[in-house]
Amino acid sequence: MKPIRNILDKIKPQVQKGAKFHAFHSLFDAAETFFFVPDAVTTKGSHIRDGVDMKRTMFTVVIAMVPALLFGIWNIGQMHFKSQGIDFELMDAFLYGFIKILPLILVSYGVGLGIEIAFAQSRGHEVNEGFFVSGMLIPLIIPVTTPLWMLAVAVAFAVVFGKEVFGGTGMNIVNPALLVRAILFFAYPSAMSGDKVWIAEKADAFSGATPLAELTAGHSAGLSPIEMMIGAYPGSIGETSTIAIAIGAIILLFTGVASWKIMTSFFVGGLSMALILNFFAGSFPDNTYLALPAWEHLLIGGFAFGGVFMITDPVTAAQTEKGKWIYGFFGGLIAILVRVLNPAYPEGVMLAILFMNIFSPTIDYYVIDANIKKRMKRAKLLLNNN
Amino acid sequence: MSQQIKIKRGYDIKLKGKAEENLQEISLDKYAVKPTDFHGLFPKLSVRVGDKVKRGTLLFFDKHNEYVKIPSPVSGTVTEVLRGAKRKMLEIRIESDGTDEFIDYGKQEIGSLTSENVTQKLVESGLWSFIRQRPYTVVANPSDRPKAIFISGFDTAPLAANVDFVLNGKEKSFQAGLDVLSKLTDKVYIGINSKTTSPALKNAKGVEINIFDGPHPAGNVGIQIHHISPINKGEIVWTVQPQDVVAIGDLFLTGQYISDIIIALVGSEVESPQYYSVKRGSEIGGIVGGKVKTEYELRYISGNVLTGTKVKLNGYLGFYHNLISVIPEGNKYEFFGWLIPSPKKHSFYRTALSWLTPNKEYRLNTNLNGGERAFVVTGSLEKVFPMDILPIPLIKSIMINDIDQMEQLGIYEVDEEDIALCEYISTSKIEMQDILRNGLNMMRKEMS
Repeated sequence: MKPIRNILDKIKPQVQKGAKFHAFHSLFDAAETFFFVPDAVTTKGSHIRDGVDMKRTMFTVVIAMVPALLFGIWNIGQMHFKSQGIDFELMDAFLYGFIKILPLILVSYGVGLGIEIAFAQSRGHEVNEGFFVSGMLIPLIIPVTTPLWMLAVAVAFAVVFGKEVFGGTGMNIVNPALLVRAILFFAYPSAMSGDKVWIAEKADAFSGATPLAELTAGHSAGLSPIEMMIGAYPGSIGETSTIAIAIGAIILLFTGVASWKIMTSFFVGGLSMALILNFFAGSFPDNTYLALPAWEHLLIGGFAFGGVFMITDPVTAAQTEKGKWIYGFFGGLIAILVRVLNPAYPEGVMLAILFMNIFSPTIDYYVIDANIKKRMKRAKLLLNNN
Repeated sequence: MSQQIKIKRGYDIKLKGKAEENLQEISLDKYAVKPTDFHGLFPKLSVRVGDKVKRGTLLFFDKHNEYVKIPSPVSGTVTEVLRGAKRKMLEIRIESDGTDEFIDYGKQEIGSLTSENVTQKLVESGLWSFIRQRPYTVVANPSDRPKAIFISGFDTAPLAANVDFVLNGKEKSFQAGLDVLSKLTDKVYIGINSKTTSPALKNAKGVEINIFDGPHPAGNVGIQIHHISPINKGEIVWTVQPQDVVAIGDLFLTGQYISDIIIALVGSEVESPQYYSVKRGSEIGGIVGGKVKTEYELRYISGNVLTGTKVKLNGYLGFYHNLISVIPEGNKYEFFGWLIPSPKKHSFYRTALSWLTPNKEYRLNTNLNGGERAFVVTGSLEKVFPMDILPIPLIKSIMINDIDQMEQLGIYEVDEEDIALCEYISTSKIEMQDILRNGLNMMRKEMS
């Protein structure tokens, strides 16, 4: 640690205001605070401060994503070898998957952090840790075959127009990672759907359709519930394994980083909508999707991943405790509604969460207003009594 | 009609260096009063450097509110008026002459006095300044009649002085003080908790006693007001601290300003934390000298670690403080401090390890433990803020200077000390006490 400190101390004067390399101040600051918690002490207010900061909070989310990431890496490899009909060992699958996903992670972080640092520099802020999480979420919610340039374009667009124009982390209206997904989905639909994109270097003869695509097409998902939970089927990199995601959910809920209210109500909302649709399955026998058992909806597609990692983003979610129940519930409800009833989109989670992101300030407005009204009523009561 | 109220939301930060219940008397030469102890006060001196003063001589007053007058805690000589940037008056220093001469305001039988008599005597002697009002936490205006006066009989802040202990033997003065305060309002409330032993509090007469149990900030008078008689727009309540009630009582019983106060010297860097009997405005160095560990750079705080004022060794005890906390400074870089789960770190959150050892006492330093960020995490501030007020919307409304919104969201009920825990647990390291004070000042200016 001493050598690193020495190097940092040597560079530090060079990037201060007025010095030659001031343009790199934010980059230096990000690196310095990554290695060392600064020596800054309290100057006003409370003299002692909690040991946890934004970095640690965000890092916990990244840790929670690791099981889904590891499973995704293995799944990329095993789907590839399976489609080619090649025998493989566990490590072969991991290695192949790792080589495939690493460029996606690097591009996601490189482009996103580059832009964040540039904005921090121009605004004179410290670099916020928000992209720490977004940068890892993005590779997990896209197909493994996504071309790197497309990813770079989408990340750049999402970070600038989805986040920085509003003022950066904490000010954004929609979830930046989901916005990347949405941009890719609408700008490059052919690279984001169909049965060719989900498996790297797939043999043509092998069907690479996701369970959702099969269901939308009116077939059965072709998977047992156990298989759905394990997740060794085609899909976005991190979304397939409900078990891996559940481990992440446990980490997030135990540490309290994600709101259990939002997570619970999202799943309850999804389940409710699926049950309602089940009810109508008899009336519309043509749409076999309606008849999918409600709880299986929670196991396939991006529902679990969205419910654990996406809708729980505290910045874009409702920020009041009552609002969180409403926000999560409608998120889950709309996700299943879009998924089943809109034939153009096999999945509805992304759109449902983006939609609720936009509505969360409105939900909060009414919750806060109720608090205000209660206070005004108390004051009025008093006036009448006197 | 006494209520028993359970405060569920809150958090006790357990620190090393709690005071043992021993009492030692210290008498010093150097004292000062500090205009900066009073929010929104424009000081005007009543004495000059070199003047001889007695205990009780008025040293300065508020130019805009002349009922705010501050008396000298000792007899001696005014040695210096310390000024800061823009000639802001910081300290009026007095050197004791050891004669303990005092101004006699005359003994009085409290029972026969009217509220005017009481007010006049308190203002004249300067002891009125012990009475503060909510909203704004400023010295009360004697022309108001508050809907109630609140006294919190216990302190839940980290390492706080035990009110039972400091009131020991002062039962008579305390009750006299309560009798005086009863003249000024229709209702005096005392908040105690179920562990309270002091007969002064438990057997107090002419007041309503309510029992509050729960973690910090249950002992904050603002939280107690919120649960008993919340402040609506246009309403005023007054608050007085227990030892200040004693001083008010003494004024009527003896005719003098008895400036003695029992303080606790606490914190992880104090060799043997205990209680001391000193005079108000004592020099910090005189009290802590030789009683602290010296291997680290230290921070001296007049008050508790959440809300107190940073002071130097040649600084002085604050007007409303009965605690000196000494903790290590945290001006050191920490390698991967945010990542490595250190058992030395304390956190409200489960993302650190301290939840595993809920009874451990911590030695915390003054490091910010991170950089300032925008609000990101939601849902945790409410857990340490036991009021029916939404903390994040309130703070945000102050940040954007929205006066109407602040009022609607309940700013009148809140003081810095009530949101100090929110500030402590903020992962975004937002200076909420400072923001709230700006909001209160803005509001006060707007309403006057």
